[in-house]
Amino acid sequence: MQHTISVLVENEFGVLSRVANLFSGRGFNIDSLSVAPTNDEGLSRMTIVTRGDEKILEQINKQLNKLIDVLKVLDFTDGSAIEREMALIKVTAEDESRAEVLRIVDIFRAKIIDVTPKSYTIEATGNPVKIDAILELLRPLGLKELVRTGSVAIGRGSKGWKG
Amino acid sequence: MKMNGARIMLECLKKEGVTTIFGYPGGTVINIYDELFSFKEIRHILPRHEQAGTHAADGYARATGKVGVALATSGPGATNTVTGIATAYMDSIPMVIITGQVPTPLIGNDAFQEVDIIGITRPCTKHSFLIRDVKDIAMIMKKAFFIARSGRPGPVLVDFPKDIQVAQTEFAYPETVEIRSYKPNLEGHPRQVEKAFKMILESHKPVLYVGGGVVLGDAADQLTILARRLNVPVTTTLMGLGSFPGDDSLSLGMLGMHGAYCANMAMTHSDLIIAVGSRFDDRVTGKLATFAPHARIIHIDVDPTSIKKNVRVDLPIVGDVKDVLVKLIKQADKSKDKVSEHVAATQAWHEEIADWKDKHPISYKNSSTIIKPQFVIQKLRELSDDDAIISTDVGQHQMWTAQFFQFNRPRTLLTSGGLGTMGYGLPSAMGAQAAFPGRQVITICGDGGIQMNIQEMATLVQNKLPVKIVILNNNFLGMVRQWQELFFDKRYSQTCLELPIDYVKLADAYGAKGFLATKPDEVEKVIRQGFAEPGPVIMEFKVAREEKVLPMVPAGASLNEMVLNA
Ligand SMILES: Cc1ncc(C[n+]2csc(CCOP(=O)(O)OP(=O)(O)O)c2C)c(N)n1
Ligand SMILES: [Mg+2]
Repeated sequence: MQHTISVLVENEFGVLSRVANLFSGRGFNIDSLSVAPTNDEGLSRMTIVTRGDEKILEQINKQLNKLIDVLKVLDFTDGSAIEREMALIKVTAEDESRAEVLRIVDIFRAKIIDVTPKSYTIEATGNPVKIDAILELLRPLGLKELVRTGSVAIGRGSKGWKG
Repeated sequence: MKMNGARIMLECLKKEGVTTIFGYPGGTVINIYDELFSFKEIRHILPRHEQAGTHAADGYARATGKVGVALATSGPGATNTVTGIATAYMDSIPMVIITGQVPTPLIGNDAFQEVDIIGITRPCTKHSFLIRDVKDIAMIMKKAFFIARSGRPGPVLVDFPKDIQVAQTEFAYPETVEIRSYKPNLEGHPRQVEKAFKMILESHKPVLYVGGGVVLGDAADQLTILARRLNVPVTTTLMGLGSFPGDDSLSLGMLGMHGAYCANMAMTHSDLIIAVGSRFDDRVTGKLATFAPHARIIHIDVDPTSIKKNVRVDLPIVGDVKDVLVKLIKQADKSKDKVSEHVAATQAWHEEIADWKDKHPISYKNSSTIIKPQFVIQKLRELSDDDAIISTDVGQHQMWTAQFFQFNRPRTLLTSGGLGTMGYGLPSAMGAQAAFPGRQVITICGDGGIQMNIQEMATLVQNKLPVKIVILNNNFLGMVRQWQELFFDKRYSQTCLELPIDYVKLADAYGAKGFLATKPDEVEKVIRQGFAEPGPVIMEFKVAREEKVLPMVPAGASLNEMVLNA
């Protein structure tokens, strides 16, 4: 099962490699990982999408907590969070497919951010399921290049780091 | 007063109460060595290899309970420490390793003797620091020692660039340290402890399964009180030996792959396993699917990641083992009647265990013509001091020591359990002897492993460290040979150490004394001679070449499928 975990870490030298090492060294999966500073100057926040049964997830949680630089681990699997991801998608858009791409972009409330006679570049934001869905529709039209940010997540209301 | 970074480092060590360090000089630590030249409060011991220096710091830490300190130069000096660091990490030994590093502006440029030692050791350190400002040295050292010794202890590496060693600043050592992201949970939850006590009272076939955590947590006395109060039999892991008196009638000895029959049977038939500071390692559990099929499990450990990692646990208690044991003893004090009832209710269990003990005790067949290695261990035990510190190398001799020495006190056995590092024996004994110049320190080694750090003979002689080196010479990499005999049709591929070495001459070459026993009736004489020498000694025993460590649970088999004699 897929899990989304938020990890608050001290902005210390090498902290990203400590977390990455932990996952590779213990054979845990990383489906996506995003990291950036927070409003607290000393802290960064990682969002990790991972996979495993309950036992593996418990280990991931505990092992992350064991890292000296990890301040807090939040597991958002119970649906207590809002998740978003952004994708930049370059698709072939020639002749009749140009209109089809526009229709899809419209339905998904995405944006065209770059246009050439042969392609469109699209910016799509939403939960990862939505991103998967738009990609599925665009793929047959000729997907040239894809960049995804990976999920970021924040707890709903009082849930999460600082309610 | 302003000081340079190198001097500040030494002042920090002094503030942490460090009196002995094991180090090896080189280009990127030469400034530290220059300061050491006139710094009289710290004794520096120069090993002949950085791996040995790190093992010595580890042995020092295991024997004393204090943080061991090792120092090495950048590049090859640093990489030479890696085996020592990994050894300490696997057994949760508190250490601080200081490595020189190339000057900050050169880091990342493949400078001469530059390695990313923090990267290399990341998976085998509890934490590590790169010092990037002379003003940070004091706080980093304070944190390093705090992290190394608190919670589940472990090695911490501090990488110290050369330019920072010469930079100057005021020295002020912080009184306290606070790391908001690191707060080990030391107090066992009282409600969990109550539940545990209830489970113990309800059990009919309880076993205490005790690991190195009890030694590291200095909780051997509390464990012994609790076991005796509740009359619960105790089995220990290799790392737990000494945490409960081996000669107590409640002791089942060691469990696991080369454990006692009674210990493994007790685990298999138990209805309640109380794990204290142990981690259900694969060498202990055997095949997981059939491990302790009837038992409920209470797991007490300071490290939550140890709990439920390998086996299901019915009641976890995260906390310092001493704190939890003290709370359990208090519970027992409060309910004396219930405890007596419980003791009565476990009578049948004790009889069952006594049967197992009688049926297959740890034993061997002695000989009058050829020295049996087990006989040497028994004689060593008989002739050594009560508070002697024993270190071992890795292999058959290590298991025979565990089986036949009967350790009664914590911190008297130093052995590489988790990593199983050959070459550990001699340098760890050297560290222990540096800590306790007046105690008998004996290292029991194989003829294979002794060669891996034999150069430390020089360090022993130079520093007047009278370690007694015992070599059980079977002219084989015995433990591997045993596997080849049992599982590979006696195809002894590369396990025969063809070249005999004259250890008496070797000892002589280093300026130490050497003694050799080739027949059983010489064993006692050689041990007495060796112990009587004031300096370091090699005692070599030519032992039965193809003796096996038994019993044995083959890798992947269940604990109750022991090979008793093969
Ligand atoms: C550094 C290292 N290399 C290899 C091994 C694998 N190994 C485990 S026991 C052993 C044999 C040790 O032989 P010896 O030191 O003679 O001890 P004996 O088993 O004969 O008592 C070997 C090679 C190891 N544990 N450590
Ligand atoms: Mg041997």
